[in-house]
Amino acid sequence: MTALLEIKGLKTEVVSADGNVTLIADINLNLAAGEVMGLVGESGSGKSITGLSIMGLVDKPAQVTGGQILFKGQDLRKLSEREIRSIRGNRIAMIFQDPMSTLNPVLRIDTQMMEVVHAHEAISKQAAWERARDALGMVGIPSPEERLRAYPHQFSGGMRQRVAIAIALLMSPELIIADEPTTALDVTIQAQILSIVQKLARDRGTALIWITHDLSVVAGLAEKLSVMYAGRIAEQGLTADLLRRPMHPYTNGLIASLPAHNKRGSRLKQISGTTPSVANMPRGCAFHPRCASATQLCLSPPPLEPVEGRLLRCFHPVTEGALS
Amino acid sequence: MNDRLEIRNVSKRFTRKSGIVERGAEYIGLKAPNPVVRALDDVSLTVAQGEVVGIVGESGCGKSTLGRVVAGLLKASEGAVLFRGKRLEDMSARDAEAARLQVQMIFQDPSSSLNPRQRVHEIIGAAPLHHGLTTARELDDYVSRQMERSGLDPSMARRFPHQFSGGQRQRIGIARALAVQPDMLICDESVAALDVSIQAQILNLFLDLREQLDLTYIFISHDLSVVEHISDRVVVMYLGRVVEEAPVAELFSHPNHPYTRALLLERPSLDPVQRSFSAIEGEIPSPLSPPSGCHFHPRCPLAMERCRVERPELRSVGTRHKSACHLND
Ligand SMILES: Nc1ncnc2c1ncn2[C@@H]1O[C@H](COP(=O)(O)OP(=O)(O)OP(=O)(O)O)[C@@H](O)[C@H]1O
Ligand SMILES: Nc1ncnc2c1ncn2[C@@H]1O[C@H](COP(=O)(O)OP(=O)(O)O)[C@@H](O)[C@H]1O
Ligand code: SF4
Ligand code: SF4
Ligand SMILES: [Mg+2]
Ligand SMILES: [Mg+2]
Repeated sequence: MTALLEIKGLKTEVVSADGNVTLIADINLNLAAGEVMGLVGESGSGKSITGLSIMGLVDKPAQVTGGQILFKGQDLRKLSEREIRSIRGNRIAMIFQDPMSTLNPVLRIDTQMMEVVHAHEAISKQAAWERARDALGMVGIPSPEERLRAYPHQFSGGMRQRVAIAIALLMSPELIIADEPTTALDVTIQAQILSIVQKLARDRGTALIWITHDLSVVAGLAEKLSVMYAGRIAEQGLTADLLRRPMHPYTNGLIASLPAHNKRGSRLKQISGTTPSVANMPRGCAFHPRCASATQLCLSPPPLEPVEGRLLRCFHPVTEGALS
Repeated sequence: MNDRLEIRNVSKRFTRKSGIVERGAEYIGLKAPNPVVRALDDVSLTVAQGEVVGIVGESGCGKSTLGRVVAGLLKASEGAVLFRGKRLEDMSARDAEAARLQVQMIFQDPSSSLNPRQRVHEIIGAAPLHHGLTTARELDDYVSRQMERSGLDPSMARRFPHQFSGGQRQRIGIARALAVQPDMLICDESVAALDVSIQAQILNLFLDLREQLDLTYIFISHDLSVVEHISDRVVVMYLGRVVEEAPVAELFSHPNHPYTRALLLERPSLDPVQRSFSAIEGEIPSPLSPPSGCHFHPRCPLAMERCRVERPELRSVGTRHKSACHLND
């Protein structure tokens, strides 16, 4: 069976005359239809750049410089701008943290939604309108017929995000890349949105890449998990495996530092130090200045290798586990 | 003994002030008066010396407003705020100023609460110098001590805020607050903007400082697991009202109010099992026109006729456990 999405050795750099700066490199991942993958990491670790690279949306001066992005076996990097545009928003859709980056403030919701449909499909106005109404209904917006006549500012933040999701759903995409779509929302509204997308993936076989800095959001949603650190995948595998027995010292440290895993009121286990910046990457394993297991060996870069049913980038995997 | 802090029946209303033309229009009935937001609606609360009280609730429920009223950054529209049993208005000017300094606030966004054109030395040192807590001669030492205590390298005192990371900037905010020797900190979403690994570092700093300086905290956060970790007691707010309060273990094991129960259910958990997300129905209602009776009734699965008309009182439902729900009658 071919995967829906297969990414091999993806690399994105800031390209300039004084030399290139790597933003992400050696990104590998596989996703089948209906599968949900969580992509977690700290601010600046390259999660958004990974999503944008897949969509062909990285802004200058950054640019994808290596690797393959196989969507149903076809390398998206080899497509012309016109061909990629026919896929984007149609078979692959993206949802952003700020719904207003998708919505146009001066147009009514129906106008915007029908525009998206007509950009990809020559159907009647009535059919496009019905599809917009159904999509709004699907994301749980009450009385969608009336709401279609509203403008974005007449919605709350949570409703706007649902409209943005509805727009992503219009063309029944096979893959949705969601970049922190619930980060700015309250827990109650976040739970509503998670329940909608979970149903979608289950009922319609839509594959999802869910980008977040919050492990607990993807724990219940994604069967697969990729943990990024400093532009590279640190560890990737089944969510249940990684959470139960993290093998990368960074994953391990992250899980151990969560309040839920520490005795109430006690000091939290913490990862010392701070996240490195792209301009100032430590050599070898980028995590080594913060890693308790680091040795001389870690001054050369560790490869991403299959270990015990997962991919791992570390010379000295954790054996005892975070939760012991 | 008096509590460190008592908030007695405090309400805070916000209105946009009308211009003269608007006021004329209102007068002759051409325009309705500007709407009133009841950010706080008859809130009472006590905080004991050395206690950590967590405040949770959805956005717009009045958490920040409560914090700002306590910190003296906003004036209550009604009710009283008592520091060790006394209102600021009943103190001499000097005592009132001292009492106000004793309560310091730490904000969510470390960048926007620091003046970008001031060096860290000045950010931390200005207030204690002004209030005579140190002298110009000893200022360098004084600032160094504050920085060390907050986990910052004193050799960086001459730098500007933008030369620090997010976590370090939050430490600058903490050092600045501690520099005036408060005994109470109000932390408003103070770790929300930080990465998980940095969040743990800052939470640890709060825990350490509590022990070293016997600090009292009001800890405002929408993140239940953070509040559960750090608080002795938790207060749940909904649309300007306190709906439940209890010691932390009690609240998380025996939540009474339907809203609290829903919040706890919806908390994302790290259980590595595929779970089904269920959700409280409905949007957060607007505080401009809160629902009648129990504010929660349009979203409450257990709402009865009475809930629509009658406001439930906050009443005792157990040891130090209070809840505002008609189901307890
Ligand atoms: N167009 C660009 N040109 C140059 N550098 C960029 C560009 N876009 C992003 N970067 C840099 O690439 C790195 C990764 O950024 P990215 O936005 O992917 O992080 P992220 O993991 O999504 O973080 P966050 O959690 O804060 O959203 C950062 O150091 C960022 O400053
Ligand atoms: N300065 C202000 N002017 C007008 N309305 C305000 C002001 N500050 C807060 N509010 C309103 O008061 C309510 C409570 O706000 P806030 O205390 O900031 O909530 P929280 O911190 O719980 O998210 C909200 O409806 C908010 O819009
Ligand atoms: S390779 Fe070395 S420094 Fe990097 S995570 Fe593994 S042990 Fe730590
Ligand atoms: S008073 Fe009524 S509406 Fe309010 S929480 Fe209790 S049961 Fe629900
Ligand atoms: Mg991002
Ligand atoms: Mg707030």
